[in-house]
Amino acid sequence: MLARVLSGDFPRSRALAVALVVILVGLALAPFIVPGTRSLTVAAKVCVFVLLVASYDLLLGYTGIVSFAHTMFFGIGGYGVGIAMARMDSTWGALAIGVLVSLALSAVIALAIGLLSLRVRAIFFAMITLAVAAFFQILASQLSGITGGEDGINFKLPEALRPATSFFEATFFGVAVNGRLVSYYLVFAVALAFFLVLLRVVNSPFGRVLLSIRENEFRSEALGYRTVTYRTVANCLGALGATVAGILYAIWLRYTGPDTTLSFNIMIDILLMVVIGGMGTMYGSVIGATLFVVAQNYLQDLMKFASNAAQGVPLLPNLLHPDRWLLWLGLLFIVCVYYFPAGIVGKLRAAKEKP
Amino acid sequence: MTPERMLAPMLSLRDVNTHIAQYHILHGVDFEVPRGSLTMLLGRNGAGKTTCLRTIMGLWHASAGSIRVDGRDITRAETPDVAQLGVAYVPENMGIFAGLTVRENLLLAARAAEPDAKRLDWIFGLFPAIKTFWNALAGNLSGGQKQMLAIARAIVEPRKLLLVDEPTKGLAPAIIGNMVEAFKELKRTETTILVVEQNFNFARSLGDLVAVMDSGHIVHTGGMDALAADAALQTRLLGFSLDAHQ
Repeated sequence: MLARVLSGDFPRSRALAVALVVILVGLALAPFIVPGTRSLTVAAKVCVFVLLVASYDLLLGYTGIVSFAHTMFFGIGGYGVGIAMARMDSTWGALAIGVLVSLALSAVIALAIGLLSLRVRAIFFAMITLAVAAFFQILASQLSGITGGEDGINFKLPEALRPATSFFEATFFGVAVNGRLVSYYLVFAVALAFFLVLLRVVNSPFGRVLLSIRENEFRSEALGYRTVTYRTVANCLGALGATVAGILYAIWLRYTGPDTTLSFNIMIDILLMVVIGGMGTMYGSVIGATLFVVAQNYLQDLMKFASNAAQGVPLLPNLLHPDRWLLWLGLLFIVCVYYFPAGIVGKLRAAKEKP
Repeated sequence: MTPERMLAPMLSLRDVNTHIAQYHILHGVDFEVPRGSLTMLLGRNGAGKTTCLRTIMGLWHASAGSIRVDGRDITRAETPDVAQLGVAYVPENMGIFAGLTVRENLLLAARAAEPDAKRLDWIFGLFPAIKTFWNALAGNLSGGQKQMLAIARAIVEPRKLLLVDEPTKGLAPAIIGNMVEAFKELKRTETTILVVEQNFNFARSLGDLVAVMDSGHIVHTGGMDALAADAALQTRLLGFSLDAHQ
């Protein structure tokens, strides 16, 4: 049963298995373990970024495609839902239209980018995706009448997903059963389902061909595989994954804007999460996204605590001042990349495989 | 299959020319590989042997001439089309996927979900190391094992034509002995094979026919036995005689 759910791709390391179970249980019970709004937002962001990073890993880690357009597809998902909900009434029908239109648009753009540019060398493909993503970012900013420009779009969700909607008078294990809780579990369930779909994809014969393309494209062709077709399909699947992540993020935030979806900073974050977690492992996206998002949100608090604790020690309180959190985040990543060149998952698996 | 097609060679090259950038590498290459034979393509370094195989596979396209496999013109065909026609290629550098397991390498070549169990047993018989290291990363195999995997991958499904580029390159004599036995077993299945080789002893022990290349031309075709027996011809074509090396 478990083998079927995981498509036969087990963690292959006890430490990794424990970490994954802790993250899964933590996310599944987040509303009960950490019921505050900020903590729940962090948990929802972890769910969204696991899916976003896993879909990028399909491209970079499994197929060897370097794309900078992933945030564009993330943005298409967010804006698709945002525009539909803001322009139409706040119903499930409008949400469905937003979801379908954004998925269709992403698939068409990914197909066009794939067919037109996956024949060129990797560096040129990366440059093309960078240009397309920059164009889309400018478009979102300039078409302010539709997209809300730099301010983005605030919108209302269907009633069942609104925080003010309460389903029961009583609480469930101390947690109010309201639209916020339903929204969280919608984000969690869809992200988990899509992650398992991606796991199935990479462990299928199709996924094996993607790995062979990453290893050596000419050898794959010599075995009879049309690599452009496979790379284009992978590009479309990756784009759809990012779009679903964008949809979920917009649903959770009830807002979409350039800074939350289209920013190039998000693209850099995705790259870091893939590298830290471990490219071409899928589980690396879970580890990378969780570590990154949690560090991004709680490192300042941790440093504040450490800075206060180190009062009286020369230099240390200043070094640990919460304002320097980005410096420490950067150092943390350098240490990660230095000590885990194959990512955390790669390192854990390699340790397990050593005699 | 019609009698004409049965008699027709499995592979024929007619006046094939290949340019790589501004360099003219193959100059009107003409030769045939009869159905069910093992033909050796010999020649000095830089004679154009590897280019010839790569041109057949569509990795480089012929600028003139024609190439036919099983009667079908593949001169302008793309590499995946040539492979799907039943042509398997084992490149000079073994061409395995180092980051995948031995099993995954074979599954990729089988294209179907799982390779035929009987065929797999036959391959395990030819190359026992494949079975031993079934779930190991191909990149961790020794040079000889990698070469065995490369050949196993090419024959995991029945192929019309097998193109092998220097299968003995860098291998220890004992491993070359295993390779000879494996090719003899392959010959018994009447697979049509074209092997590029520098090791004349290996070529002599297996080849039915031989084609010798020099400076992008075919300068000799005939039976392997005749070339092996003629020291003067060996010296003229290959720059050495087998007798002088023994």
